[in-house]
Order: sequence, then C-alpha cells, then structure tokens
Amino acid sequence: MADGSLGVLAPARSYVDIAVLWVRAAWAYPTSFLMLILGSLLITALDFVGIWVMFASIDTLGGFGLREIALLYGATGVGIGFADTLIGSVERIGIYVRTGRLDQMLTKPVPLLVQVCADQFTLRRLGRISQAGIVFGWAATYVDWTPARVLVALMMVVSSTVIFFALFTGFSCIQFWTTDSSEFANAFTYGGNTMTEYPLSIFPREIMLALTFVLPIAFVNWYPCLYLLGREDPFGLPTWLQFCSPIAAVVSLAGALLIWRSGVRHYTSTGS
Amino acid sequence: MLHVAVATRAFRRYSTYTAATMAGIFTNSVFGVIYSFAYLALWHENHDAGGYDATDAVTYVWLGQALLMTVALWGGGTTDDLAERIRTGDVAIDLYRPVGLLGWYLAGDLGRATYHLLTRGLAPTFIGILLFDIRMPAGPLAAAAFLVSLPLAVTVSFALRFLVAATAFWLLDASGPRVLSGALALFFSGMVLPLVLFPGWLGTLATALPWSAIIQVPNDLWLGQYPGADVLAAIGFQLAWALALLACCALVLRAATRKVVLQGG
Repeated sequence: MADGSLGVLAPARSYVDIAVLWVRAAWAYPTSFLMLILGSLLITALDFVGIWVMFASIDTLGGFGLREIALLYGATGVGIGFADTLIGSVERIGIYVRTGRLDQMLTKPVPLLVQVCADQFTLRRLGRISQAGIVFGWAATYVDWTPARVLVALMMVVSSTVIFFALFTGFSCIQFWTTDSSEFANAFTYGGNTMTEYPLSIFPREIMLALTFVLPIAFVNWYPCLYLLGREDPFGLPTWLQFCSPIAAVVSLAGALLIWRSGVRHYTSTGS
Repeated sequence: MLHVAVATRAFRRYSTYTAATMAGIFTNSVFGVIYSFAYLALWHENHDAGGYDATDAVTYVWLGQALLMTVALWGGGTTDDLAERIRTGDVAIDLYRPVGLLGWYLAGDLGRATYHLLTRGLAPTFIGILLFDIRMPAGPLAAAAFLVSLPLAVTVSFALRFLVAATAFWLLDASGPRVLSGALALFFSGMVLPLVLFPGWLGTLATALPWSAIIQVPNDLWLGQYPGADVLAAIGFQLAWALALLACCALVLRAATRKVVLQGG
C-alpha cells in the first residue's frame, strides 16, 4: 500500500487499531465490563437526579428553570463524555513516566499523543454520553428551533468536545514535571464539567469572567445555550460571544498542543 | 498492638505522596467553592430547605469535601490493594498470615483514613472557613459526637468496599462492581445532595441505608441537627450498620476462602 496516500490519516488508523485492541481486552472480564458501563451511566444519571431533587424545593436556580438547566447539563455532559472517550490515558501520563512505559512508546512509529490517547481505550464512557444525550434530547424539545440555532447547537457539541479534550491534555502535562499530581487536573476538567452543569449566573461576576477569558470553560455550553434559549446574558456581556465557541475551541486546542510539546521535550526518562 | 502497628505503617505509607496530597487539597477546595455557590443559590430561593439555613448548607459542602477522601467514598484505600491481590493471587499470602485478613485490612484503612483526615480533611476545611461563613459545632458535646462518628463512618465505608473487593474472588476483576457501588455511595451518602432535601419515600429510604452513616450522619452531628438523646441514636445507627456489614464481610470471606482452596490456590 502506498504510504503517501495515507499520510495524514495514518495516526487516525493507528488510533482505531489500538482502540479496538483495548475494547477486545475489556471483554476478557464481561461481567465486570458491563457493570463498568452501568456504573458510569449511574454516576452521571444520579448526578442529574440530584439536580432534579433540588427542584423539589425550588422553582428556579440562578434565574433558570429545570428544563433550561437540563439543556446546560446535557450539553456539557456530552462534551466531556466524547472528550473523555478520546483522551483515554492522558490523565494517567504520570504513571507511564514512573513505570518507564513512556520510553517504550517513544520508540514506536506512531505519534506519542495518539498512542497515549488510544491506550486503555474504553467504551465505558458510552454510559455517560448516552445519559447526557437523553437529558439534552429531553431539554431540546422545549427549545424553539431555527436553522441558526441548529447550527449553533452542532457547533456547541464539537467545540465542547474539543475544549474538554484540550483541558484534559493541557493539565495532564503537569505530570511531566510532578508525576503524582494527576488530581490537580481534575479541578479543571471534572470541575469545569460540574460548574457548567449549573447556570453561571449562580457564580460571582469575577468567576464568570475568568471562565470566559482565562480558561474558556464558559464556551462549552453557557454562551451557546443562552442563544438556544433566547436568553439575555445575565451579566450583560455582548451577544456575539454566544457564537464564539469554535474560536475558543481552536485557541484552547492550540494551547494544549503547545504545552504537550514542551512537556514531551522536558521529559527525560526516569532512566537508570 | 499488631493492628496499631499496621495502622501506623499505612499512615506513613500514604504520607509519602506529598504532591498528590497537595493536588487533592486543591481539587477538593475547587469543588467546595462550586457546590457552595450552587447551594447558596438554592437556599437563596428557599431559605429553610430541608431544615438547613444557608450557613448549614455551605458548612455541609465543606464537611463533605473534608470527609470524601477520609472515608474513601468512591473507592481507594486498602480495599483496592485487596482487589488487586485477589486478581494476582497474592491474597494467598494474606490468608497464610496468623492474623485475620479482615482486621488486618481494616487497621490499614483506619491508618490511611487518619492521614487523609489530617491533610485532606483539615486543609479544605480551613480554606472553606477563609472563603465562606462556616458553622462551628455548637459545643464540646457536638464536637465529641462528630469525632466519635468518624471512625464509625470509615468502618461502614470500609465494610462496603471490602464486600466489593471480595467480588474479585468470583469475577477476578472488581473494577465494575467498584464503579457501580461508588455511584450508589456518592448518591445515598448525601455527597451529591444532602439527604434532608430528598422528598417523601426517597428520603426515608436514603436515611435508612448504610451509606447515610458515611457522610450525612457525621455532618448532621457537626451541625447539631439531632436534638438531645437522638445524638446517641445516630451513633447507634452507625454502629449497628458497621457491625452488621463486618459480619457480612466475615461470611463472604469464609465462602471465598473455600473457593480459593477448591481452585487449588
């Protein structure tokens, strides 16, 4: 086969090959695997039940109703779900550094990031994606759809996946410097997900500004959902921000890849 | 004495991971801030939801973050080591030892919990006090009741995690049951939302299940939610679940040991 024609797609092929391998490996323990899917579905489902139970005591939270919050919740859940499936083991890069597996990977003719992302690939996140998708679908039936809104919704799903992918990758690189601090990244990845499950109007203005201009977490769902719901920005920020999610996604991805490169360059094997 | 030695070693083993501890404290604090604002928004709409006021609610958030690692709510602790040792077969060595396997692992887990309480428990609590209005225990009695409830909470959590780890005797890989039970533990302990907000039968059910002994009961003891002698009833509830679950662990272990012998090791 002519390698040239596959040039750009080769990393993607490698990714799929390695991923398939890991899916088959997971089936070695079928009962445990099925419980794993069920468990990850249950974690996020009960998370939403928590929000739903909140609404037994209140009618609005931060000025938003249950259906509006469900839209925010579903959008961020789908985004982090896709990202989490794609990034695989980036979160655990410190373990690879410690055990020396990273050295093995560096000798193989597949880009390092592709190998790390495909390693230990698991379909368990399907639970989270489908749960968040159902919540999003339910909430979406109350949205007054127009062609422009459909377009913004599609851009939102892609952008939120890319932004979470960038957050996972970028913050995991800290582990090139301190190998056992993987939990630090959770504050921004899972923390970002938890924050965006609520309307940002419950937070002080300073936090909202930081989530817009320092870490683009607000673009995951907040700004596009304001457009889908036809709501005024509670903080009075300009409307054009509601269309900026793709830009935020590209910028954060570029930033994350730069950090990844400098992390790999900094890496000197644990060696002997 | 032996068990004290095991606990001390476990304490020291966990205290070697300083960077991990710092990272964890940071993450606990970020989640503390997020949930504090969420609860403040909720109690802004409904000032006495579930019998708490806004200060109680924010205090509840930070207590939860402080206890999360101490009780190893969603797994971790010595039970994870056990699950791995069952998979690899190293558990045979544990069974050879002239001390009970259950007590050995419980002692180790209590040592780990002490370390996590002093670091990942205290540090986020201080940050919570700095950032928000936090309620202190009403008196020495409430504080003492809270302190007594902590080892009981860890023991209930340990016993549940031990049962999950023991499934590896049959399934070989316990990661599925671990995630599944972690999901239930998060929800029914009151970590996702205080159980006092759960309406009707869901509230009754959640308060009766063992998970409520892990987060909700210690938090309510701190907040002084139990009037008079109800404090003793709350601690008795924890004790009863701890003993019942440890008994289950012993039974499961006996059945599992027989299976290991049948397999020939």
